[in-house]
Amino acid sequence: MARIRLTEILVGAFMVLGFVALFFLAMRVSNLSLASAENGYSLSARFDNIGSLRVRAPVSMAGVRIGRVTQIGFDQETYQAVVTMHIDAQYDQIPSDTFANIFTAGLLGEQYIGLDPGGSPDMLSAGDRIEFTQSALVLEQMIGQFLLSKAEEGGE
Amino acid sequence: MLDSLAGLGRGGLAALASLGRAHLLLWGIIGGLPSMLLRPRLLIAQIYNLGVLSLLIIVVSGLFVGMVLGLQGHYVLSQFGAAESLGVMVAASLVRELGPVVSALLFAGRAGSALTAEIGLMKATEQLSGLEMMAVDPVKRVLTPRFFAGLLSMPLLAALFSAVGVIGGWFVGAGLLGVDDGAFWGQMQSKIDFHEDVLNGVIKSLIFGLVVTWIALFEGYDTSPTSTGVSRATTRTVVHAALAVLGLDFILTALMFGG
Repeated sequence: MARIRLTEILVGAFMVLGFVALFFLAMRVSNLSLASAENGYSLSARFDNIGSLRVRAPVSMAGVRIGRVTQIGFDQETYQAVVTMHIDAQYDQIPSDTFANIFTAGLLGEQYIGLDPGGSPDMLSAGDRIEFTQSALVLEQMIGQFLLSKAEEGGE
Repeated sequence: MLDSLAGLGRGGLAALASLGRAHLLLWGIIGGLPSMLLRPRLLIAQIYNLGVLSLLIIVVSGLFVGMVLGLQGHYVLSQFGAAESLGVMVAASLVRELGPVVSALLFAGRAGSALTAEIGLMKATEQLSGLEMMAVDPVKRVLTPRFFAGLLSMPLLAALFSAVGVIGGWFVGAGLLGVDDGAFWGQMQSKIDFHEDVLNGVIKSLIFGLVVTWIALFEGYDTSPTSTGVSRATTRTVVHAALAVLGLDFILTALMFGG
């Protein structure tokens, strides 16, 4: 009887240990946050060029991550990219004339959306569109423009 | 010429027949689930045999695999000045690949071979026929608890392997090699996704647990009841289980992360 009980205790400890490991992987390694998964609201923005922006890229304001890109589409009428982003619920004071830029983290890092707050008293709410946007800087275009302006300088 | 052709045909037919027997056995094992749930003690005893007794090898190997990943990853990443990404590298490779695969290989060696030898010896000493004589279905009574114990233990063992490995990598990276502690965890947390990485790893280990336990039980149940037969079956279990795990891992990785 005592041996059976010991087996049961050890099996119980094994199960607990396994689930603690899973919990550790979920919370400490992948930073699963239960709260922000459901809450929050969506905004959309149209860009002429999104560069290499990906779904799940961060949306940040003053460098703080306030949401994520959830969907990237293409509008055939205007030939623009339509980016849908999910903003966490506690950040609900974003002015309606906010400016959305696509920045690059580091020189060759991943791209993210940076929001510059405007001065309007009206706040954006769920489903609204950010009107003012700036496209991603594409390195080849920049180099091309630089070479072109150099060439013009040289010609004078 | 014709003889070799006939030999090939015989080999193919035998392989197909054993595949069919394996599926019938799996069907019978799963059919024993309701009667096993009435006697959870059988399952607990087998979880002890397969899971608890495998803990030592899983935890120690996980720790050392993680530490080696930390050393090796730091060597490569520091050449690109990206040593802060060590956490991402260690965690991603453990959670996605090494955790499920290596723990399944160890599980096949530690628990699968023991299962095959046990069942094979039960068959060789006619204990299984004895059970049948007493109108007890040996598949339901003996094989079903072992199968579900393997199925349940494997994901837990793989999760433990990954968790201990991450801690081992952290110990080497942040403790010995001077990678910044905050960057190690911070980058890991921002890059590793729970659904994409952790849950897919769990699904992988569940599938590996099913395959390894299934192969072990089938080889034991299907062995020729002699001492040579049992020893051959044990060897086959380890070889087939390892091949199946590695082959399946490629397919699963392609399906889960290939897109």
